[in-house]
Amino acid sequence: MKDCYLGIDIGSISTKAVVIDRQYHIISSCYIETKGNPIAAVQEAIQQIHMDGYRLRGIGTTGSARKLVGLLLNANVIKNEITAHAIGTLTFHPDVRTILEIGGQDSKVICIRNGLISDYAMNTLCAAGTGAFLSSQAKRLDVDVKAFGNVALTSKNPTNIAARCTVFAESDLVHKAQIGYPKEDIIAGLCKSVVLNYLNNVCKGKKLEPPIIFQGGVSKNKGVHRYFEEILKQPVFVDEHGHLMGALGVAILASREKEQKEYTLDLANLSFKTLGQECQDCSNRCELLRIYRNEELLDTLGSKCGKY
Amino acid sequence: MSKVSYPQMGSYGVPIYFLLSHILEDDIVEPPNITDATLELGSKYSPDFVCTPFKYTLGTMIESLEQGADVLIQMGGGCRYGYYHELQEKILKDLGYSFVLINLVNGGNKISISQLMKAYPLTIQKRHCLKYLYLTKKMVFYMDKIDDYIRQNRCYEQTKGSFNRLKKEMLQEMKEVHSARKLRHIYHTYMSKMKKVPRKPMTKRIRVGLIGELYTLMEPKANEDIEQLLNDYGFEVKRYTNVTYLLFEKRKKVKRYLKHFFIKYRLGADALDNIHHTEELCKKGYDGIIHMKSSFCTPEIAAMPMIEELTQKYDVPVLFFSMDTTTSQTGFLTRIEAFCDMLEMRKS
Repeated sequence: MKDCYLGIDIGSISTKAVVIDRQYHIISSCYIETKGNPIAAVQEAIQQIHMDGYRLRGIGTTGSARKLVGLLLNANVIKNEITAHAIGTLTFHPDVRTILEIGGQDSKVICIRNGLISDYAMNTLCAAGTGAFLSSQAKRLDVDVKAFGNVALTSKNPTNIAARCTVFAESDLVHKAQIGYPKEDIIAGLCKSVVLNYLNNVCKGKKLEPPIIFQGGVSKNKGVHRYFEEILKQPVFVDEHGHLMGALGVAILASREKEQKEYTLDLANLSFKTLGQECQDCSNRCELLRIYRNEELLDTLGSKCGKY
Repeated sequence: MSKVSYPQMGSYGVPIYFLLSHILEDDIVEPPNITDATLELGSKYSPDFVCTPFKYTLGTMIESLEQGADVLIQMGGGCRYGYYHELQEKILKDLGYSFVLINLVNGGNKISISQLMKAYPLTIQKRHCLKYLYLTKKMVFYMDKIDDYIRQNRCYEQTKGSFNRLKKEMLQEMKEVHSARKLRHIYHTYMSKMKKVPRKPMTKRIRVGLIGELYTLMEPKANEDIEQLLNDYGFEVKRYTNVTYLLFEKRKKVKRYLKHFFIKYRLGADALDNIHHTEELCKKGYDGIIHMKSSFCTPEIAAMPMIEELTQKYDVPVLFFSMDTTTSQTGFLTRIEAFCDMLEMRKS
């Protein structure tokens, strides 16, 4: 029986799981919405993927719920999404120099030199120009977010939409719609504003050297992709597995780990419970999160003094 | 008889308490440690767009006032923080507290003891007063030296917490001193104790420089205890900003920077110092630089492009943080982790 490794990327909007073998071939993958419940999303993801004929030897988790899920699955690698994305991309595209990534709530740029991360930046205060913004505007315009990119491509004359702030972009959009701009021009303008916002806020001061690869959920949007190429004046590559790169990266890291053991995934039969609590022992008043598996206390997260 | 209190910053509460308890005859209300509740209280009554040190100190002041203090001491700064005591006084008076507020530091780096004397006619001898001022200065000096040593060595300790425990013991002993000799003795004893702490073998040496706005750097609560975090990763940390530097060394050094540096004017607060320290860290071969400021800190915002330019010239990665009252810890940790991974990868 061959070995396989599971990587799970639990993001703010979507949860991605991928199973790879030793040669980093994808055996199975899935993409589902997190819907604010990472544990349920992971349970569903594990039911959707299959690894028949393989032996699971390692689990890696990444994304904003990496600690929680890593604990539940007893993962051997828990890594931040920036490193995971870089490792995943570099394995499949070793010559890439710049990774642009726009996800549900965060966007980042990773610069690579000599096959190593040399610099990175991540959006700090504001989520303008991320997937969450695009999907909320799609709802407002009554267009399916999956069709958004194709609609944008039909426009010949994109309107200018303020790119800085979500709220101002939204009022700008309403204004443009009320004075009668056609829908496709507004959608194209939105896609363009996402690109401008990203380049101005996240990539400021960074040198974007080719080859450039564009990843994350928003990379599926053809409109955004088109404006990236137009504004950067060079080809921007989109991988069909672009949305899975984080999960792939962490699965690869799990396969490189020296200590490996055999895992069984019977999550569906287990019950998980989390209990939030405020510690009263000192004036810090830490918000503790106790995690139970079948009534057995797994761990307590969130204490600042290291008591738990 | 009045009750005196002061805001918190790092472990500098110890020397301040020491000084006040010896030169004043009044009671001293030790301010409670900064917690989330303090910050919540401070932000509730602060303008939203004010920088975070204002919120932290206002929160502490309210907590001290609740404990019965009626004389508050505030330290000004070289930026708009220098005006904050007046605004804080107004806010607190509007809330219905009655108290006297004394601003101890004027123009960023001049301690004005005369201000304190004016507001507070001292009944004790001048000589006695000067002696304890000198002792306090020495105490801060030794504390800063020990802290500097800890930051550069804590990452190699075998049992976690050895250095922190020693520092705590040292501060406890320093509270009781009455002579410079005793103080020096304590410093040397603990320095040699720290040098003997069992260490892990050093596999690869990664050094990170910490620069930025002073309060955010010096109050662990305001920076999510970044020094401990980096040390836990096995990285050495260097930080220039401390009270000794700000009060006793800065004035001389800035004059030198202005003569020999490419910037010929001051940028307010510690912006010029930070730019200079960036170049120093780069030249000394540090592996990475982390710049921390509180949100809306104008001098540091002015310094950031120059810091970025310098680090690009020397090819040293730099990470910028803007700490606010609502900064999410998850996002902060993700960035720190990625930065640490990157430094490790670059080194191997």
